[in-house]
Amino acid sequence: MTEIDRDRGRYLIGAGLSALLTILAFAAVALGLSRGVALGIIGVTAVAQVIVQLRCFLHIDFSRQKREDLQLILFSLLLLAIMAGGTLWILANLAQRMM
Amino acid sequence: MSGLFGHLDWTVTPFAAAIADPGTNTFVAAGAAGLVVLGAVALLGFLTWFRLWGPLWRDWLTSADHKKIGVMYCVIGIVMLARGVAEGAVMRAHQAMALNGGPLSAEHFAELFSTHGTIMILFVAAPLVIGLINIVVPLQIGARDMAFPVMNQVSLGLTAAGAALLMISLVIGRFETGGWSAYPPYTGRVFSPGEGPDYWIWSVVPAGIGSMLSGINFAVTIYKCRAPGMTYMRMPLFTWTALCAAIMLVYAMPPVTVSSLMLALDRYAGFHFFTNDLGGNMMNYANIFWMFGHPEVYILVLPAYGVWSEVSATFSAKTLYGYPSLVIATMAIAVIAFTVWLHHFFTMGQSASVNIAFGIATMIIAVPTGVKVYDWMATLWRGRIRMTVPMVYLTGFFILFVIGGLTGVILANPTIDYQVHNTLFLVAHFHNVLIPGVLFAMLAGIHYWFPKVFGFRLHETWGKRAAWLWIVGFCVTFLPLYALGLMGMPRRSSSFADPAFVPLQLVAGAGAVIILLALAATLVCYGVSIRQRGTLAVPFGDPWDGRTLEWAMPAPAPEWNFAVIPAVAARDAFWAEKTGGDPYVAPERYEDIELPRPTALGLVICVATTAAGFALTWHIWWLALSGLVGIGLAVMVRAFATQTTRVLPAAEVAVHHGRWLEAVHTARGITRDAEDSPANRGLAAPDTEVTP
Ligand code: HEM
Ligand SMILES: [Cu+2]
Repeated sequence: MTEIDRDRGRYLIGAGLSALLTILAFAAVALGLSRGVALGIIGVTAVAQVIVQLRCFLHIDFSRQKREDLQLILFSLLLLAIMAGGTLWILANLAQRMM
Repeated sequence: MSGLFGHLDWTVTPFAAAIADPGTNTFVAAGAAGLVVLGAVALLGFLTWFRLWGPLWRDWLTSADHKKIGVMYCVIGIVMLARGVAEGAVMRAHQAMALNGGPLSAEHFAELFSTHGTIMILFVAAPLVIGLINIVVPLQIGARDMAFPVMNQVSLGLTAAGAALLMISLVIGRFETGGWSAYPPYTGRVFSPGEGPDYWIWSVVPAGIGSMLSGINFAVTIYKCRAPGMTYMRMPLFTWTALCAAIMLVYAMPPVTVSSLMLALDRYAGFHFFTNDLGGNMMNYANIFWMFGHPEVYILVLPAYGVWSEVSATFSAKTLYGYPSLVIATMAIAVIAFTVWLHHFFTMGQSASVNIAFGIATMIIAVPTGVKVYDWMATLWRGRIRMTVPMVYLTGFFILFVIGGLTGVILANPTIDYQVHNTLFLVAHFHNVLIPGVLFAMLAGIHYWFPKVFGFRLHETWGKRAAWLWIVGFCVTFLPLYALGLMGMPRRSSSFADPAFVPLQLVAGAGAVIILLALAATLVCYGVSIRQRGTLAVPFGDPWDGRTLEWAMPAPAPEWNFAVIPAVAARDAFWAEKTGGDPYVAPERYEDIELPRPTALGLVICVATTAAGFALTWHIWWLALSGLVGIGLAVMVRAFATQTTRVLPAAEVAVHHGRWLEAVHTARGITRDAEDSPANRGLAAPDTEVTP
């Protein structure tokens, strides 16, 4: 199997998995599951899809030469958590005190 | 209403206002506008008279060389510094006379502090920092250019567009009056219906995008373009700080771009993100803005710390003390800087538990900075110290920055902040960290690396005069503001009623005169050095007995930087070669070198962005659309360019390098004491060894 074949395989797997995860999310709504369960499924499939895309399309893994990319992605996650979490905390607190 | 010229008409210039309503206030505005126009005309005349249009176009505006781009960033920074300092001095003069009034109108004073703050942060400090990183980093890591040379040009173009819009706002119309942070709802369209906030938005947005692109460029360059052997723990500390600042740029600039664009939607399209009514929440503006604002100050100060690291090691001829701790401290600051933004709005009304969490985080961030200060002092200890200009700045920094840092820790207590926020105490604090911390470092860094770019040193005596004037001027201008703040004088006041403020206001006003002299001395220093470039020339490239790779090449550094990419074996790579062997040997073979071709993309984007920003400000829709389409077209056309690089034949490199090596071998080096004498031609022959 050549390099190209392997790459193509990985893209196909990625496309398939992404499609599957998307269908699952839509299905959760279409099947009329309870609100909590549907939201849970959507959340989980969303995160799973991010990981699939990073792995299959952007070729991020734990190997040594990918480590810098991985570090930057983890750092992005950390900062997103700080910024989004901080905003929710601050604004919710303010809103509560405006009651 | 908005036809061909949008909201523009003949009444919008300060000249018209000065004719309609003569007085000090309007004359100051008209004078400033006149200076801009005169300056522009003088520049055009100068370029035409000396036939410099061709060289300017060929060698600078279309160049993708990282050193040239860095120099252009620094030029923007210095020009805008002149305007910013002048505005600061005008404000100080006004406030010194502002007991129950003062010469300027409240409106005009508000415009002054708004432009001054915006300019100083985004168009002085940031361009100087980004410019210096551009010049130095590829040289320090053994690279030939940035990873994306043309994107580098685009970043510069976007920053220049923002600066241009700020200059235009002096002549046409009025700037925003809500401070450099431009808080809504005041800057929303209900309370500020004019063009002011739009000027602010359209100069901040391009500059923000440009800085983010710079951050991406620097990070990729440092990750991917290091010379063989240049491991992370061998990178010079300036490069380390550049890496951390670059990553911070990538994450800190998007918030301000987003909050400004949301404000634009409020103003142009009737959205209600930040309005008082219909579900808007203006507190979220402060929240998003400072998610950028606080990291930004560390983006500025980290590379400054990098400069201090290089300067203290070089001018004491010692290895940097505590290198690993400096690296860790840099990384710690880069992360913690994202967790403290709320300290800019402690008084917004959230509960004490939220405040104290961010207060503690703020106090923690002082620790790594403290570590660094001790590291630099230990570096100097028992070193072979030369009191050159950068060292004078470093001394000023040591004493003054520690004061500024300590007042920062004081302000980190929410209870204290409730008392002194929005007073001149705060103004004293942030100038106390920004001027000795960032501005001194940039002036020191320019002095330090100037010879590498231009091939001659800066005049030491004038440099020292300038440095001392900056230090003294800073103290006289800003230290009194701490007292005034504690006495209760609010910031951003165009007048006051308490005569007790007058004496210290007069002192601060006198200090501003000293700062004006400092600025003048700085410019004289550059002028004198250019005239005496013959005696100050250092063609061999190592005027300070340097330690890192950038000193291992001729000065001015050739376009391709390194004749052959060096193999790095130690932390102070050039120093190791100098002490362990011969750094001036010809390599076995030279190779062809690929260099980026010049392109006008950056310039086209600059012009199109300026036009679009101006047009959006004045609601000239056809021009705004043309500008935006122009940007898109320029990028697309560029995508079809196939010949983006040119090849420099190995033979040519060999000739250039060989000639330099030959000259080095016949030259006599100088001792460290002679570094500031005309004998310094850039070849070091140190007298004593210093054990690290
Ligand atoms: C060099 C001489 C300087 C002078 C004489 C000066 C003077 C002033 C004055 C009088 C104010 C208004 C204070 C008030 O609100 O009452 C001010 C505000 C400010 N300055 Fe400076 N300044 C100088 C340099 C700098 C530098 C180097 C920076 C940043 C790198 C800076 C950043 C700011 C900022 C961010 C504001 C706040 C603007 C606002 O209120 O929105 N200044 N300065
Ligand atoms: Cu802050």
